[in-house]
Amino acid sequence: MSKFNKKKGGELPAVNTASLPDIVFMLLFFFMVVTVLRKDNLMVKQQLPKADQVEKLQKDRSVYIYAGKPSARYQEKYGTEGKIQIGDKYTDVTGLQFALTEERAKLLPELQNSVVVALKVDEDTNTGLVTDIKEKLRDLNMVKVIYITTPGNELTDK
Amino acid sequence: MGRRATPEVNAGSMADIAFLLLIFFLVTTTIEKDKGIARQLPPKQEKQETPPPIKEKNIFIISINRSNDMLADNELMEVEDLRQAAIEFLDNGGDGSCTYCKGRKNPASSDNPDKAVITVKNDRESTYSMYIQVQNELVGAYNFLRDRESQRLYGWKFTEVNKAIDEGSYKGNIEKAKDRLKEIQKLFPMKLSEADTKQ
Repeated sequence: MSKFNKKKGGELPAVNTASLPDIVFMLLFFFMVVTVLRKDNLMVKQQLPKADQVEKLQKDRSVYIYAGKPSARYQEKYGTEGKIQIGDKYTDVTGLQFALTEERAKLLPELQNSVVVALKVDEDTNTGLVTDIKEKLRDLNMVKVIYITTPGNELTDK
Repeated sequence: MGRRATPEVNAGSMADIAFLLLIFFLVTTTIEKDKGIARQLPPKQEKQETPPPIKEKNIFIISINRSNDMLADNELMEVEDLRQAAIEFLDNGGDGSCTYCKGRKNPASSDNPDKAVITVKNDRESTYSMYIQVQNELVGAYNFLRDRESQRLYGWKFTEVNKAIDEGSYKGNIEKAKDRLKEIQKLFPMKLSEADTKQ
């Protein structure tokens, strides 16, 4: 009888949860940082060209246009010709207007008139595709563009 | 075999570990800051106006064909040499009206940086990376000249001050600096045009 209740601390001691808030906060911060990074699911190849004479992009007033070959898992369906992506879906030059106005509506109202179009174009794309996009942008009167590049220099980094 | 009380785990250092991880992730995840070459496209014109006449010597024509070969001012040129060629063209000051130019004053090249226009013609099949390289070199040429002039007039570099204002780390009178940046830009206005690539 006494054999069983001789030891007082038979039950498990409570787990110390003092550091639980720290862990939760850490996870929270981590996810906050990570989720901002990828807004759009990229469906095209994005190997951006290098440049060093660059300016910073003002993110709050920009609309992204991605262009390039479809990524490997979409190539079966869409081929390897250069494609334009806005938001989460492919579009073509004729569909640009609709997609762009849709994207622009997501910006703050006071910034919608000074919108900057950020062109993220893969380096192997034909210039013709970019020219078509620019021509369309002129039609839409969105004349501020920025060609997003990666830091470096194509000439000296070889 | 008696059961012993499980000794309490010392959790005092847990917070330290958590903070360590937090700091580690904060440091390693680079928040992608997009940078690029900014351009203003020419607005669409309703009717085709006849462009004002520009003397041929004031235009620097760059053509790129489908195999990414570059023809600059009727010469086959490598991209490496483009920046220097553009600087010489812009800085030429052929008619002597440009007091700050240090070029050769070659009468067959541009009269004044204000009149000098650089035109880029890209073939539709040329690659985008070539396009960006050319644009980068041209912006580089302008930046070189603007840096030189701002160094001479105000003792600082145009690109450095521009960057500092951009990042909000400029110390001093920002309005005054911005006015001066505009002055420098006026000395070497960026006049780049892109020709229609349809053939």
